[in-house]
Amino acid sequence: METSTATLEEVGSGELIHPFRINFPQADLDDLNRRILATRWSEKETVDDFSQGASLATLQALANYWATSYNWRIIEAKMNALPQFITNIDGLDIHFIHVRSKSPNALPIIITPGWPASITHYIKVISPLADPEAFGGTAEKAFDVVIPSMPGYGFSGKPTRTGWGPERIAKAWVVLMKRLGYDKFVAQGGDWGALITEQMAVQAAPELIGIHTNMPGVVPPELDGAAFTGMPAPSGLSEEEKYAYEQLVFVYQHVYYAFYMASRPQALAALADSPVGMAAFLIDFDTRGLALIARAFAGQNESLTRDDILDNITLFWLTNTAVSAARLYRENKLAYFSPKGITIPVAVSAFPDELYLAPRSWVEKAYTNLIHYNKLDKGGHFPAWEQPELFVNEMRAAFSSLRG
Amino acid sequence: METITETLEEVGSAESIRPFQFTFPQADLDDLNRRILATRWPEKEPVNDQSQGVPLATMKALAHYWATEYDWRKVEAKLNALPQFITEIDGLDIHFIHVRSKHANALPLIVTHGWPGSIIEQMKIIGPLTDPTAYGGKAEDAFDVVIPSMPGYGFSGKPSTTGWGPDRIADAWVTLMKRLGYQKFVAQGGDWGGLITDVMAARSPESLLGMATNFPCAVPVEINNAAFGGAPAPDDLSAEEKQAYDQLVFAYKHVSYAIIMGSRPQTLLATADSPVGLATMFIDHDQPSLALISRVFAGGSEGLTRDDVLDNITLCWLTNTAVSGYRLYWENKHPFVAPFGVKIPVVVSAFPDELYQAPKSWAEKAYPNMIYYKKHNKGGHFAAWEQPELLVNDIREGFKTLR
Repeated sequence: METSTATLEEVGSGELIHPFRINFPQADLDDLNRRILATRWSEKETVDDFSQGASLATLQALANYWATSYNWRIIEAKMNALPQFITNIDGLDIHFIHVRSKSPNALPIIITPGWPASITHYIKVISPLADPEAFGGTAEKAFDVVIPSMPGYGFSGKPTRTGWGPERIAKAWVVLMKRLGYDKFVAQGGDWGALITEQMAVQAAPELIGIHTNMPGVVPPELDGAAFTGMPAPSGLSEEEKYAYEQLVFVYQHVYYAFYMASRPQALAALADSPVGMAAFLIDFDTRGLALIARAFAGQNESLTRDDILDNITLFWLTNTAVSAARLYRENKLAYFSPKGITIPVAVSAFPDELYLAPRSWVEKAYTNLIHYNKLDKGGHFPAWEQPELFVNEMRAAFSSLRG
Repeated sequence: METITETLEEVGSAESIRPFQFTFPQADLDDLNRRILATRWPEKEPVNDQSQGVPLATMKALAHYWATEYDWRKVEAKLNALPQFITEIDGLDIHFIHVRSKHANALPLIVTHGWPGSIIEQMKIIGPLTDPTAYGGKAEDAFDVVIPSMPGYGFSGKPSTTGWGPDRIADAWVTLMKRLGYQKFVAQGGDWGGLITDVMAARSPESLLGMATNFPCAVPVEINNAAFGGAPAPDDLSAEEKQAYDQLVFAYKHVSYAIIMGSRPQTLLATADSPVGLATMFIDHDQPSLALISRVFAGGSEGLTRDDVLDNITLCWLTNTAVSGYRLYWENKHPFVAPFGVKIPVVVSAFPDELYQAPKSWAEKAYPNMIYYKKHNKGGHFAAWEQPELLVNDIREGFKTLR
């Protein structure tokens, strides 16, 4: 890809912010296509459901569409229509989208993607957030939007040393926001983005006035431990809590990809060499997400299109970041769903197909300064991608009490 | 590949035993080489040890040797020099090596490989077991050796429906031995082969004179559960037991590959499409064997050669059995190292670099009829492959009293 080296803003040496554009050489796209067409398949799975992972039929449909109908240049152009930059923070190049709203009192927000996600997940929500009047909102709901690529993801640098866990990323995000001139901002995330956003709240930089999460870390530790070992639900849980507990038990029995990446990221070298193999791994992040994606490739029109799915996967492929992204699991020492002791204002959106639907009772205990809680009736693990309108509405509602 | 299909022995159409030979088309080998050379690499790991898995430098050394020096035809010729057969059992083609000893009264032995393994693991023990006088043994040490490929592995069929777990494989092995005319026999294995051998001994004691294992299912259930949960060692363990316990805790923290294969075998499709990716997955079975294999590809000379390692990986590649092999983990419902209640005579080989070195105290409890126990001071998870002499000696000595 080409990066422009002209400096936009000079805030002191080492703090340069370079404009950035994506332009992968055609040879990379040709190589990708050649590899897709040369995929050596395994035999069909021995079951008629997704209990062994993505079905061969889904993967073959995905590969067929990828090789014959998909056009990377469309999403590349969409991303390049957005202002993108690279700046070095704590020794690593950090790539980010930065869209300033035309509204004078826009609230700055930093949104962090998760795994297996990327900036492509947010393409649909950026304009509605930054320019609400053009999308059914009012000017006072406007955001200045910053969406960074995490270390080892997309166009950010790949760490060559250990240490880039959620805590360090959280610190880097505050540096980034301040470098952009924001002395008051909010943060949002799901999946890794949620853990990182929560770490920002734990670190509680004075500039951070509130956070929003769609994957809240609110499971009481003793319940989290019990769910991890697969024990039956303890007595004394409300119906809503019991449901969440059972979801967690199921999750812990199905996120082995997370344990594998945390233990042996190098063992996934095959993902760097096989695009369809990488796709098979990346679309199986949770059973509902996989089912949704499989329906999309079976021709059903739902919240995600085939292009949505392949935009994200192709970005992973072209940047060769499957293994570097997996290393975040290795770096992490935090429990995924346990409360972290956050006292600043927190807004929560609970989507039904999330790994677990956080009950209000747990949320209130974990976040002593809860400013918004909404239980949605549709949407899953990646709501900005899958339910952009709901996500935008949630952002507008969540932070309204924090606007000056 | 080409296979010979004429029937050697017709015992009834479903029970025919067909001789088997194979020669992979040159096009398959060319395609493999092209893929190795076209490998797209990840960046170097951010550590200077093997704590994140196979180092990039090891992958590259392996790939370089594989593409430029390795010759599949050598092991193909060695395999084809052995009598191999295919027979259908319980609806699936089962491939096996079957070498009858020239010595009368040879003891029939079925040896089962594991993951990430194949019949390649057992190549070095066939000669010494079947023809002991040529390898420093006595005629009365002779075995008739049967080495099957597990369902989904090597040249055996790939199950198209679920159900081929260890119990069904164990039953199939008894059928196989009887079909070959062996009413009573002994069995040996490590890794899955160890577990299947234990299951066979528990399910078919009337057919087995005895069994041998270098992967004993001998961890007391409560200790196994505690180790799985990562709890500190219970107070009342001996020093030897404590060491085994600590090894188990470590193993359970590092066999996440087993857990992902057991949960989502399809997500590992990339290893069917990327030979170097497959190799990376395969050589990271456990830390001592990864370290051993890395030393070998860095020029060291130890229990395994580069060709040994690549013979096994290339067989898996050419038969496209990576994913079908993983499914055995999905099928399995047994704990890996807990006792199965085996009552028949048992021979135990305990190697120090095994996932855990089984203490005699545990082995005695798990196997009340243990007739031989040997604690070795070298050797790891792949005993037959890596320390064939030691294992052959255990098999000869261990089964002596059963003849």
